[in-house]
Amino acid sequence: MSDSLVRLGDIVGFLGRIMLQVPRALLRFQLIVDQVYNAGALSLVIVMLSGLFVGMVLGLQGFELLQRFGSEQALGTAAAIGLVKELGPVVTALLFAGRAGTALAAELGLMRATDQLSAMEMMAVDPIRRVVAPRFLGGVIAMPLLAAIFSMIGIYGAQLVGVQIMKVDAGSFWSQMRASVHLIDLNEGIVKSCVFGVACSLIAVYEGYHAAPTAEGVGAATTRTVVTSAVIVLFLDYLITAFFL
Amino acid sequence: MNQTSAIIEIRDLSYAVGGRTIFDKFDMDVARGRVTAVMGPSGTGKTTLLRLITRQVRADSGSIRVAGAELGALTHAEIFALRRRMGMLFQNGALLTDLSVFENVAFPLREHTRLDERLIRNLVLTKLQAVGLRGAAELGTAELSGGMARRVALARAIVMDPEILIYDEPFVGLDPISKGVVLRLIRRLNDALGLTSILVSHDVHEIASVADAVFLLSGGKVVAHGTPQELQSFPSEVVKQFVGGLADGPVPFHYPAPDYYGQLLARDGAP
Repeated sequence: MSDSLVRLGDIVGFLGRIMLQVPRALLRFQLIVDQVYNAGALSLVIVMLSGLFVGMVLGLQGFELLQRFGSEQALGTAAAIGLVKELGPVVTALLFAGRAGTALAAELGLMRATDQLSAMEMMAVDPIRRVVAPRFLGGVIAMPLLAAIFSMIGIYGAQLVGVQIMKVDAGSFWSQMRASVHLIDLNEGIVKSCVFGVACSLIAVYEGYHAAPTAEGVGAATTRTVVTSAVIVLFLDYLITAFFL
Repeated sequence: MNQTSAIIEIRDLSYAVGGRTIFDKFDMDVARGRVTAVMGPSGTGKTTLLRLITRQVRADSGSIRVAGAELGALTHAEIFALRRRMGMLFQNGALLTDLSVFENVAFPLREHTRLDERLIRNLVLTKLQAVGLRGAAELGTAELSGGMARRVALARAIVMDPEILIYDEPFVGLDPISKGVVLRLIRRLNDALGLTSILVSHDVHEIASVADAVFLLSGGKVVAHGTPQELQSFPSEVVKQFVGGLADGPVPFHYPAPDYYGQLLARDGAP
């Protein structure tokens, strides 16, 4: 338990080191754009596919549940709120940790193992500024965008099942959603996805940067990235949900 | 050795890791403008010495002066400024795998200077020409052989025209032709660019053909130093074993173990 707390402290300290380098890292904007592509664009397929299937399941389950109370016309509201406030940010964060987080951790771990980071220090280039900060910022920028896309595709999936298959009235589906989903709900989703983006990116770059320079070390770093990210995301999810309520 | 011509002066250096003493009141001078080799058995701390000289790790006690500056007293920014005057060739090249050969060599220029793109291009091609790889400028790092990767790393190490060039085990894993190429480059670059070269290796024959001075380390101290020829006839069993490649001697063949026959004849579970 105390080991975990110490590590958590290390991670927060690492965030401080990264934030000190962010202003200078922003001057090399192309590096950040490249990392937004690596973390975001390359995760699009899995996020969109998952969003579609999660939305479709939400449509099915939501319809079945609401039908018990005769409220199946509220499916649009239920799906939208469920996706925008919870499933969008959380599932996207878990997918992000699994796809982009592990890629980040493995890349940095391999750079550590092949002395690339030491070589950079020897060339008087701060690896935190040149390598870590752009990857961190790329993840932070990409996560909320991916979560928004997930929610959007999810609503489409819910509509596909609810309206096209289960024959919920399309007008009710969309108008009730418009009436019942408020800005505060969207804000909660946006705040969550931004916070999760910081958490997942930070954990990934931390584990990769501090990986032991061996094959086992890199493997352990990627595993820890996923596990730690999942636990932290779910914990933060509870905190933010409670805060908004 | 004339102290005023030493670009690196190490006095009373002590360094221990995990309870194990690596260096114990260690002294060494590296002469300016020469090729100095540091040799010793595996695990002696040769690579650790390089990391101490470049301040990647801090010494526990003692003094290391590089180009007149006391390393222990430098700030982070001053260390980085000093490192810009040094070049280091890592054992496996340590090229940045997401960049091409050209971009790898251009990397220090892009990070530390605001030079015009044409000037960067000319500088990079000049350094690649010096190592014989100008034609490989557009290749990716995955397309390079081990020897080629090391030469690209060498071009990168000299692109900022350093005063000191450090080689960490540059001959490991190279075929004889590549070794010959690297040897030629070490000597040529040192003389043509007026560098000071520090070479960590345990390839006795290669060192003998290129080094001006050799330091042989063992047990955290310098056990011999001189020219390669002087080392061949140095009156010390440690030196004789290392230079002659003898399997047994002061560095024993057998790892410490209990009595052999006693262990073979012992019953199961008996000590």
